[in-house]
Amino acid sequence: MLPKQTAERYILSSSPHAHADASTSRIMLDVIIALLPALCCGVYFFGLRALILTGTCIAACLVTEGLCRLAMKRENTIGDLSAVVTGLLLALNLPPDLPVWMAAVGGVFAIGFAKQVFGGLGYNPFNPALSARAFMLISFTGAMTTWSSSAWTLSAGSTEAVTTATPLALIKKGAEGFDWSQAALIKDLFIGNVNGCIGEVSALALLIGAVYLLVRKVITWHIPVAFIGTVFLYAMFKGGVPPLVHVLSGGCVIGACFMATDYVTSPITAKGKLIFGCGCGLITMLIRTAPTGAYPEGVSFSILIMNALTPLINRFTQPKPFGKVKK
Amino acid sequence: MKTVQSAFKFHGGVHPQYNKDLAASKPIEAMPLPKQLVVSMSQHLGAPAKCLVKKGDAVAKGQLIGERNGFISANVHAPVAGTVAAVEPRMGPTGGWVDAVILDVAEDQSGASAFMPPLDWKSASREDLLARVNDAGICGMGGAGFPTVVKLSPPPDKHCEYLILNGAECEPYLTSDYRTMLERADRIRAGVEIMRKILNGPAVRIAVEANKPDAIAALEKAFADIEGNVEIVVLPVLYPQGSEKHQIYATVKRIVPEGALPIAVGCVVENVGTVAAIADAVEKGIPLIERVTTVSGDGVVEPKNVRAPVGTRYADLVAFCGGEKEGVRKVISGGPMMGFNVPNLEIPTTKTTSGLLFFTSARVFQYSSNACINCGRCVRAAQKMDVMDCIECGACSFGCPAYRDITQNCRRAKASIRAAAAAAKAKAAAANAKK
Repeated sequence: MLPKQTAERYILSSSPHAHADASTSRIMLDVIIALLPALCCGVYFFGLRALILTGTCIAACLVTEGLCRLAMKRENTIGDLSAVVTGLLLALNLPPDLPVWMAAVGGVFAIGFAKQVFGGLGYNPFNPALSARAFMLISFTGAMTTWSSSAWTLSAGSTEAVTTATPLALIKKGAEGFDWSQAALIKDLFIGNVNGCIGEVSALALLIGAVYLLVRKVITWHIPVAFIGTVFLYAMFKGGVPPLVHVLSGGCVIGACFMATDYVTSPITAKGKLIFGCGCGLITMLIRTAPTGAYPEGVSFSILIMNALTPLINRFTQPKPFGKVKK
Repeated sequence: MKTVQSAFKFHGGVHPQYNKDLAASKPIEAMPLPKQLVVSMSQHLGAPAKCLVKKGDAVAKGQLIGERNGFISANVHAPVAGTVAAVEPRMGPTGGWVDAVILDVAEDQSGASAFMPPLDWKSASREDLLARVNDAGICGMGGAGFPTVVKLSPPPDKHCEYLILNGAECEPYLTSDYRTMLERADRIRAGVEIMRKILNGPAVRIAVEANKPDAIAALEKAFADIEGNVEIVVLPVLYPQGSEKHQIYATVKRIVPEGALPIAVGCVVENVGTVAAIADAVEKGIPLIERVTTVSGDGVVEPKNVRAPVGTRYADLVAFCGGEKEGVRKVISGGPMMGFNVPNLEIPTTKTTSGLLFFTSARVFQYSSNACINCGRCVRAAQKMDVMDCIECGACSFGCPAYRDITQNCRRAKASIRAAAAAAKAKAAAANAKK
C-alpha cells in the first residue's frame, strides 16, 4: 500500500519554470511603437486626414476582430493588439485622400476575410493588411490611386505631372526630361515630402522604426536587407532611374521592414528569410519596370505572392539536426 | 596547463536571468543531521538499487544498503549511522514512487563508520580504481545521475581522447558547482588524476562559464603544476552551455551523432562535483552519501549552499535556511530551466539534487497559451534535434511569446514514440509466442 500523499501545497507545472517575459501583445506593442514615427510624418505631410483614416482603420479592425471572435465562440483576442497593428499598417498604406468609409471597409476585410476566416492570428496565410489593400486597389481603383493633397512641388522637369503623381507613377510613365539624380529629389524621398500613401513616404521615419524593432529583437535583418538589397541591385543593373530612387520610392521601405517581416506569413529560418526577401525584391522590380503592366508599384503584390510561397520555403529550409549523420 | 577561450559557439541558446548572486557568496555549510532520512533506492538513472536492509536493522555510516541492480544502476549507502524505521515507497522529485529506506538517525554518530579502505591512486591499478567508483555508488551529480562507472568503461573499440569537466552550471540560481570549484579545487584535481588513469590518459578540458572568474582562478591555482594536456576552457555565458552535447561542441568542436553517447566522438563529460566525489571515494574511501545543494529563490529566508546527507527531506533542508517565506507558490528541485516542480516538502534529496528553489507568486508565471505566431524564437533558441535526442533544456519554451508548452510536447512525443515502440515489440513477441 502506498503511504498517504501529503496535500499539494504548491503549483505544479512542467519545466522550464523561467520565462523570457516575451509576449505576443508586447511584440505587437513594439511594432506599434515602431510605426509611430511614420504615422507622425504622415500627419505632418498630409494633415489631420491621415489621423482620421488611421483611427478609422484601427477601429474597424478592432470591432471586426471582436465580432468575429464572438461569432466563432472563441476567446476575445483584441488584447493581443494584432488587430491594432493590422489597422495601423493598412492605414499607412492608403492614400491620404481616400474616403473614410472605404478605409472602414478595408479594415473589415483585413480582419474578417484575411485573418479571422482562417482562424485568427497565426493561421492566416496572407498578410491581412496587404490582402485588404489589394482588395481595395481592385474595388476602389480610382480612389486608391488619386494623390492630390500633397505639398510636393519639386520644381524640375515636367512639374505639371509631379503634383498629381507619385514618383513611381512618373517612372512608369517614363517622364521625359525629369532629372532623377538631382539631390533635392533624393532628399524629398528620404524625408517624405512626396506623393504617396500616408505611412510609406518618409524613409527616414520608417528606418527609425526598423532600427527600434531590430534593437528590440522583434525582427531580424534578413528580410529587410534581402528585400531592399535586391531592389537596389536590380535597379543598378537595369540602369536608368538611380537605384536609390527605387529604394526610397513607394512602399519599398515600409514593405521590407514592416510588412514582409510579419511573423505569421514569412519564413522562420534565416536562410528562408533571405530567400523570401530576395523574392519580394525581385517581384517588386519586375512589376515596377514591366513595360506592359498597369501598376507602377509592386511591393504589396510581391509580398502577397511570397506569402503564398512561405510554407514551401519553410519546408525546404528546415535546419539540419545537430548530430545528424550524413547518409 | 593553460586557460583558453572557447572558439566554437553552438547554434542558438538563450539568456535567462541568472540570479546567482543570491547564494554565490555563501560558503558551503554542513547542516546538522536531521532526525530522519529518506534514502531512495533510485537516486541515479537506470534500474533502482536492490535494497539490502529491512526494518529494525542497525546500519553504520557508509554501509551498503542498496546494491547496484543491472548494468545501468548504482549502489546506495547509508549516509549516517542509524536504525531502519521502514522500507517503503516514497515520492521522489519527479513524482514517481520508489522504494526508500527510512532511516532513524542515531543520536550518537561517534561509532565506527563503514567506509572503504583508502586507495593510493598512483599505485592502485586501473581496475581497482574503476571498481572503487562502482562500489562508492558514484553517479553524475549534475542532474541526470548517469552511473559514472558506465561512463568510465568505454566499449573496447572506443578510446576516450578528451575528458571534459562540466563546470558550466548554466542553470539560473544554482551555485553548488561554483562553490565546489572555489572551495574544493584540489579535490577536483585529485579526481582528474584518478579519472585520467582510469581512462588511459585522455586530454583534459575543464569547461567553465565566463561569469565565474574566481572559480577559474581557483582551478588555475589547483591545476598549475599538473602534467599533460590540460586546459581550462572559458565558455561564453549561454544557456544550455552545461548540456553534454553542446559542451563537447563548445570545447573540442566535435558533434555527437544522433542517438549516440559522447564516447562515440571520444569524449567523456563529467560534472565537477562528481569528480570531487570520485577523489573522496578513492583517497578517503567515502561513498557518495552527501552533496552540496543550493537552496535559493526569493521565497527562502536565507539562501545557502548546504552540504547535506542524501535523503534529507526538503522540509529539513529549508528549515536550515531559515524556512520559507510567506506566499511561496512553487518549489523546484534542481534549476528553473530543467528542474522538477514538487508538490510538497516531504520529498528527500538525492545524489542529483543540485538545487532547491522557492519562488513566491511574484516569480511564478501563470499563463495560458495563445496561438503560435510563427515567430521562430524556438527555432533560434534551440539546436534542432531529432525529438528522441531532445535534452528538454527548455530554451524553446523559455522565449515563446505565446507561452506554448513546446518542451512538454517534446516529452509527450518521446513518451508516445517509446510507448509505440514498446507496443510493437510486445505485439511481435505475442505473435512469436503463438507460433
